[in-house]
Amino acid sequence: MKGWIKVCALDEIALQGSRVVASSQGDIAIFRTADDQVFGLHDKCPHKGGPLSQGIVHGETVTCPLHGIKIGLKDGEAVAPDKGCARRFEVKLDGGAVWLQLT
Amino acid sequence: MRKQKLVVVGNGMAGIRAVEELLKLAPDLYDITVFGAEPHPNYNRILLSPVLAGEMTIQDIILNPLGWYAGVISYRDIKDTDEMIATAATHKHAVVIGGGLLGLEAANGLKLRGMDVTVVHLMPWLMERQLDKAAADMLKTSLEARGLKFLLEKQTEALIGGAGDTNAGRVAALRFKDGLESPADLVVMAAGIRPNTALAESARIHCNRGIVVNDTMQTYDPRIYAVGECVAHRGIAYGLVAPLFEQAKVCANHLANFGIARYTGSVTSTKLKVTGIDLFSAGNFMGGAGTDEIVLNDPSGGVYKKLVVKNDILVGAVLYGDTADGAWYFQMVKEGQNIHQIRDHLMFGQNHVGDVGHAGVSKAATMADDAQVCGCNGVCKGDIVKAIKSQGLFTLEDVRKHTKASSSCGSCTGLVEQILASTIGGAYTPSESKDKPLCGCTDHSHGVVRQTIRERHLIAIPEAMRYMEWKTPNGCPSCRPALNYYLISTWPGEAKDDPQSRFINERAHANIQKDGTYSVVPRMWGGLTTPAELRAIADVAEKYKVPTVKMTGGARVDLLGIKKEDLPKVWADLGAAGMVSGHAYGKSIRTVKTCVGAEHCRFGTQRSMAMGVKLERMLFGMWSPHKVKLAVSGCPRNCAEAGIKDIGVIGVDSGYELYVAGNGGIKTEVAQFLCKVKSDEEVMEYSGAFLQLYREEGFYLERTCHYVARAGLDHVKAAVVNDPVKRKDLYERLLFALQDYEDPWQAAVAKPAVRREYEVIQIKELAAEVLS
Repeated sequence: MKGWIKVCALDEIALQGSRVVASSQGDIAIFRTADDQVFGLHDKCPHKGGPLSQGIVHGETVTCPLHGIKIGLKDGEAVAPDKGCARRFEVKLDGGAVWLQLT
Repeated sequence: MRKQKLVVVGNGMAGIRAVEELLKLAPDLYDITVFGAEPHPNYNRILLSPVLAGEMTIQDIILNPLGWYAGVISYRDIKDTDEMIATAATHKHAVVIGGGLLGLEAANGLKLRGMDVTVVHLMPWLMERQLDKAAADMLKTSLEARGLKFLLEKQTEALIGGAGDTNAGRVAALRFKDGLESPADLVVMAAGIRPNTALAESARIHCNRGIVVNDTMQTYDPRIYAVGECVAHRGIAYGLVAPLFEQAKVCANHLANFGIARYTGSVTSTKLKVTGIDLFSAGNFMGGAGTDEIVLNDPSGGVYKKLVVKNDILVGAVLYGDTADGAWYFQMVKEGQNIHQIRDHLMFGQNHVGDVGHAGVSKAATMADDAQVCGCNGVCKGDIVKAIKSQGLFTLEDVRKHTKASSSCGSCTGLVEQILASTIGGAYTPSESKDKPLCGCTDHSHGVVRQTIRERHLIAIPEAMRYMEWKTPNGCPSCRPALNYYLISTWPGEAKDDPQSRFINERAHANIQKDGTYSVVPRMWGGLTTPAELRAIADVAEKYKVPTVKMTGGARVDLLGIKKEDLPKVWADLGAAGMVSGHAYGKSIRTVKTCVGAEHCRFGTQRSMAMGVKLERMLFGMWSPHKVKLAVSGCPRNCAEAGIKDIGVIGVDSGYELYVAGNGGIKTEVAQFLCKVKSDEEVMEYSGAFLQLYREEGFYLERTCHYVARAGLDHVKAAVVNDPVKRKDLYERLLFALQDYEDPWQAAVAKPAVRREYEVIQIKELAAEVLS
C-alpha cells in the first residue's frame, strides 16, 4: 500500500470536527464523526466551492457552511435533492493516528 | 418472521399516502397489495384540473410510476379527464352541473379548451360551501369576464338526446325544471363528493354517510382501517386532500403498531385552482349568532375580505382578490389564538411578505412565470410551480428543499406559500408554527424542547437528545445549535458549551466569507474608538495584507479577507492594543450604535455615547436566540436610528424612551414603545430584563420582532414594566449569565488546544512512502 501519510493524532481532531490538510492536490478536509470514524474529502463543496471542513458534522454527513448543502462523508455525494460530488480521499485510523492516502 | 398481509382497496391519494407513511415507519412489516379500479399508476388527483385546462399532462401528475408497485394498479378520474379533452376538440357546447370547487375548475378547463361552457348550479351563489355571497358574486363576475356562463338556482330535469346519424345516442340539450333548455354536447356532473361505501356495506361494516371510523381511523371491524373520501369521521366526510393526508398519517401510525396517533378532525381551507383568480376561505366563514364580521369590500378593486370573530377568536375567513394572508388567518383559525391585541389591525394582515427581494410584489397570482420570487437564490415563479407539479410537492419545506426558494433569508416565504396554495389548492396546509417540530430529528417543538430542558435540568446535548428521544444519532445543523443555545441560556455556568454544535462563525469567532476567508470586527464600545486602536487596526491590516477594510452597518471597522490560520495572530495583535471580539459573527449582542448626544451635539438632551458604552459593556458576551442590536440616540431626531433596533433608547429632556422589537433587516419593522424611564440605571435594568425575557422565551433564530409578535407586547410589559420584582429577577439572571465572560479571541490565542482548530496540517508528500 503506497502513499499513506500520517496526518495527526486522532485526538487532534475534535469529535464531530475536522482538520484541513494542505496537499499538492488542494486542501483536504479530514472529518471525525461522533463514533470516531474518519473520512477525507476535497475541501470544496460541489455547489459553490465552500470549505466543507468548516461545516457542522452530523452522523456521516457534513453540512457546507456557505449554503447548507449536505454532503455524505462516505462518498462525497450531495444528499438529494441536491446534486454534486466532492472528491473523496482514503483515510484510516491506525494506532491512534489518522492516515491519508495520496495517489 | 412471516410478514402480515396488508390489502389496500383503492389506489387514491389517501390510501397510497397511508402506505407511504407506513413504509417510512415500518418498511418490512407487511406484504402490501393495492387494488385499484383503473389502469393508471397512483396519480395526483388534485392536479386533474390543470390537465384539463391544458396546463399539464397526465405524465406530470403521476406520483408513483408503475414500477413502484408490487401488486395490481388502477384508477378512476383520468378516464373522465381524457373524455372531456377529446370532446372539447370536436364539440361546442358544454354544461357543467355543479358550481362548486370541482365544477368551476372543470368549467374553466373546458373553456380554455375552446368550448362554450355553462355552469348550472342549484344554489343562489357559487361555491356556497366555501364562500359567502359577496365573494361568490365577485368570483362569478370575474369568471363571466373569461367567457363562462352561469345559470343559478336552476334544477336539471332531463337530458335530451340528439337526433340524426351523427348525434344519435349523444346528449344534445338539457332541460330545467322551469322549462328552459340549454344546448349541450357534453355534460359534466360535478356535484360534490359522495362517499363510496358500497364495498364496505356489502361487507357489513357500519356506514353512515361514509364508512364510520374512530380517531385511529379504525372501522367497526377492528381488522379494517379506512381513510379518504369514503370515510365519515365524527360525522364528517372530507373531500379535500389535506385532511386525508392527516388521516393517512394516523392510520399508518397504527398499522405500524405505534398506536399513539389520533385524528381529531380538520379545519379545512379552500383555494380555487383557476389561474389568475385568488380566492381563499377557511373555517366558519358565514358567521352567525354571537359572531362579529370584519369586512373590507372593494368591488371595483376586485378585493373582498371577511373575517369572522367570536369571543376574540378568529373562527373563519373569506378572502377574494388578495389572499396573501390566507395562510396566516388559517393558522390562527386552527390554533384558536386570541386576537384581542391585534384585533384593530387584523384585517390588514400579517405583512408577512417581506419588503425586499421581489420588487415589492405581494400577490402571487398576478406574477408572471419568469418573475423572480426568491431574490437570494434567483428562483422564479415558474420554477416553483414546475417543481410543485412535477415533484408532487405539498409543503413549504418540500419547496425549499427542491427549489431553494425561501430557504435563505425567508422574506419570500409568504409568496412561496401563496404559489404553493394556488398550485395545489386545498391540499396545502400551512404548517402550524406553535407545534411545528424543531427539525426532522424530533417531533418536539421549540417550546417543548425549551421547557423540557428547564424542567428536567438537562445540561448536555447527548443527554437532552436521549431524554427527548431524538430520531437521529447526533442531530443536524438545525437542532444542534438550537439545543446548544437552549442549554447554555437555561443553565448558565452548568451547561457545557459545545463548539461543534455551533455554526462555523461562532466556532471560529469570525465571519466566514464566500471564498472561505474570514472577516474580523474588533469591538468598539458604543462606537467609540481612539487613535491608538485605529493605529493597531491599520497595522494589522497591513501586516496580514487585509484586502478590504470597511465600516459595518453597525458602525464598526470590518477587516475582510483574513485567512483562518491568521486569525489567532490578528487577535493577538488587536488584543495587545486592548481590543476584544466584536461578535459581529454571532447570535449574540452585536453593537450598540450611538449618536454623539449631549456630549457634543447642540440638540442633545442625554449623553447617548456614555449610555451606549454602558449598555454594550453590560451585554458583552450575551448569546441570544438571534442577533441583537441596540441604538441610543440623544434626542428625538434619532440619528442613531433607534427605531429599527431590538432595543432603541431615545433620550428626551426628562429621561429616556425605550422601544423594543424593531428590525431593519429582511422585514423592516418599527420598534414599539415599551416605556419611559428616568435614569441610566433604569435603562440598563429595563433593557437587561427585556433581553433576558427574550433569551428565556424566544425560539432559536427568532428575532425580537418575531418573538414579541408571538408573545405579545402586553406579555412583555407585564414582566418588564409592570412587575418590579419580575424585572429585577430577570435583570439579575442576565447579569449572572454574563459574569466572568472571557473574550473568546484571547481564549483562542492562549489555549493551544483551541488554537489548533485554526492550524492547517502540513504534510511531507515526498517522504510519503511509509507503510503501516
